[in-house]
Amino acid sequence: MDHFFTLDLLTRILRMSTPLIFAALGGILSERSGVINIALEGLMLIGAFFAVAGTYWTGNVWLGLLIGVLCAMAGALIHAVWSITFRGDQIVVGTAVNLIALGLTAFLVQSIWGTAGGSDRVSSLPKIGGMSILVPLAFVMVPLVAFFLYRTKLGLRLQACGEHPQAAVSAGIDITRYRYLAVLGSGLLAGLGGAYLSIGNLNYFTLDMTNGRGFIALAAVILGGWNPWGALAACLLFGAAEGIQIQGQSTPGFPISSDLLVTLPYIVTLIAITLFVKARSGPAGLGRHATTS
Amino acid sequence: MEGIVKRFPGVVANDGITLLVEPGEIHALLGENGAGKSTLMNILFGLYTPDEGVVAVNDQPVSFSGPRDAVLAGLGMVHQHFMLIPRFTVTENIILGNEGSGLVLDRTAAARRVREISESYGLLIDPEAKVEDLTVGLQQRVEILKALYHGSRILILDEPTALLTPQEIEDLYGILNRLKADGTTIIFITHKLKEVAAVSDKVTVIRRGKTVGERITSETTGQELADLMVGRGVSLTVARTPATPGRTILSAKNLTAQPIHGHKPLSIADLELRAGEILGVCGVEGNGQAELVEVLSGLRPITGGTLAVNEIDCGQRDPNGFREAGLSYIPEDRHHRGLVLDFPLWENVLLGNAQGEPFVRRGLVRGRKTQDVTRQLMADFDVRAPSPETPARALSGGNQQKLIIARELFRNPDVLLAIQPTRGLDVGAIEFVHKELVRVRDEGKAVMLLSYDLDEVMDLSDRIVVMSEYQITGEFVAGEVTRNHLGLLMGGRHSDEATQA
Ligand SMILES: Nc1ncnc2c1ncn2[C@@H]1O[C@H](COP(=O)(O)OP(=O)(O)O)[C@@H](O)[C@H]1O
Ligand SMILES: [Mg+2]
Repeated sequence: MDHFFTLDLLTRILRMSTPLIFAALGGILSERSGVINIALEGLMLIGAFFAVAGTYWTGNVWLGLLIGVLCAMAGALIHAVWSITFRGDQIVVGTAVNLIALGLTAFLVQSIWGTAGGSDRVSSLPKIGGMSILVPLAFVMVPLVAFFLYRTKLGLRLQACGEHPQAAVSAGIDITRYRYLAVLGSGLLAGLGGAYLSIGNLNYFTLDMTNGRGFIALAAVILGGWNPWGALAACLLFGAAEGIQIQGQSTPGFPISSDLLVTLPYIVTLIAITLFVKARSGPAGLGRHATTS
Repeated sequence: MEGIVKRFPGVVANDGITLLVEPGEIHALLGENGAGKSTLMNILFGLYTPDEGVVAVNDQPVSFSGPRDAVLAGLGMVHQHFMLIPRFTVTENIILGNEGSGLVLDRTAAARRVREISESYGLLIDPEAKVEDLTVGLQQRVEILKALYHGSRILILDEPTALLTPQEIEDLYGILNRLKADGTTIIFITHKLKEVAAVSDKVTVIRRGKTVGERITSETTGQELADLMVGRGVSLTVARTPATPGRTILSAKNLTAQPIHGHKPLSIADLELRAGEILGVCGVEGNGQAELVEVLSGLRPITGGTLAVNEIDCGQRDPNGFREAGLSYIPEDRHHRGLVLDFPLWENVLLGNAQGEPFVRRGLVRGRKTQDVTRQLMADFDVRAPSPETPARALSGGNQQKLIIARELFRNPDVLLAIQPTRGLDVGAIEFVHKELVRVRDEGKAVMLLSYDLDEVMDLSDRIVVMSEYQITGEFVAGEVTRNHLGLLMGGRHSDEATQA
């Protein structure tokens, strides 16, 4: 037990929270503009995969990061075209993007590296204090996104699109444009979150390595009341649950069985959602289009 | 605007409308619900593009590709359904779309400008308040300020009084006259004759998408406008014979109910509803009517007393139980309680009628059969819509209400609760609803009419009860009580005091 509460636990929590924070911020952007984004999971996976593949092809981890993020944005663009321009059901579109991401990455792993499980090792992003430099970046993104939403003209308009699309149109706002921007932004952030998993925390890609983190991030968006600071708190909570679980497993003599421990993050998510979410409600125009003809 | 035509799938909303508005006047656009008023204004404001016709502003033909262009041309619109974002502040709502240069918002400067404008027009409001905390009257003020902030010289108001209290309506008239004195041109859309007379200089009447007349307000009469609007002679009052009340169908004794959060508890000593009569319930809104309606329709559990429909004890029944006992209910809020707006008409007809034949057989919905019945009901009750497949949302308020009435009467109930059944309806539809209530009464059913419009209660009822302070404070045979007396009771006086006054 002595080995449980160490500095390790703290860094572990920060590391576990990082991908969630990126993805949750992406989710906030998209949902605040009125587009339900359950594709975060798939976009993260795309980001994770192409960051490794990009590094593998170019030999440069920074270019790899760029490629990973751009590919996640391309995935987001598909989501945007399908759900905004063609007005497809956003849940269906998001699910489709998730399935495509899963299938595509599995196929590409097989065709590039000839294995079914994961990629070769590549180099990883530089670390400071034992943590990837993407960790501090995630925490810096929180005030940036908050500033963007609450203090800038674009942020105000983006929120208007999500709260009351018809009112936004009536105020002369091109909601299509804002929603595209928001969904692309969510691709960028989810891509960073995914890239963190593969070339930040580790240095390779494994199949389905996001393992539901996109959905947990979505839960954090809701739990945090669609607010960047609230989402940060929720991500830290979920990150802590995961950190404790891993720390517990690697602490000799920890009194809880490891099979039970792995379920901890999900149990915490469920409890948090039931306890805190009732009173909250999201953007009023979520999933709704404006009528024009 | 000349020769404007706008078609929607299945409807020609505007069928060659001409509207000519002079600078600096208040011009009323009068027409029944569904006549095409909002469509016409949405075209003027660049939200829709007309299929045919010419729009000109200040003698310049224009073709707006969106509201932005309209705003630049000096137009401002206060929509029938407000275009405000509840979670934003007054200032945020007003500046939206015109936030000034720079990427970062300057909220203080914006709030200052909003305050300046609001003071210069006497439209006092707190710029920092959240819109969701404002009354409807104040929200409308925000809409008007928004238009002024964006520099509008031509202001379009789409049914601006629909949700206002009488006092707020008076205030609005004051504001409009001040704006007019300041040189603003105002287009005032309404279906209420009183309002045309109260504010407008000129009036254009449209019916079923066509212009049917233009008059100078001071040179016309309410009857002439009503006839033009409806397209036939309408009676502004209902003809009916004296009632012949029969057995008691609904009876409530010493009824108490759980209060709505923050309200006082309801307490009804004695309320009876007989076959073949219309019982009017009048009162100022918020004196227990909402609770009474919920109790009588089974939505709110009672905590004491007895409640029987057709001599069946309904004290512990849910809405379905009340329906089975023979009660039908026209709710006051068509959109939330009356209809599922996104469902087609036939599915809305099915609602509450899905217990069995004719719409459901062996647990399965009979879609074809339901659609046929819906089509028949639409014909019988003059519900104007392309087909039973049309979503309820696409209908005008009057047609939605007719559909609800058709559905509720289809069950052949013994009691009909009609809660504000004509709220927001136009003259033609009001006449229809009133006639229908009288017809139902004449068929020997019991009708309860709850309305905040005292004139409506007095015109239609055979017996009148007054609600005040969550109780019934007076009961009268219609014709044996004056308007004044009822008004005093509604204001909280007791019966003997009111008699002396
Ligand atoms: N977006 C739309 N799609 C289809 N039909 C519509 C639409 N808007 C209005 N309509 C139809 O056009 C007609 C005129 O509607 P509207 O202009 O709202 O009338 P008003 O404002 O006079 O009550 C109605 O029959 C209505 O059902
Ligand atoms: Mg209208």
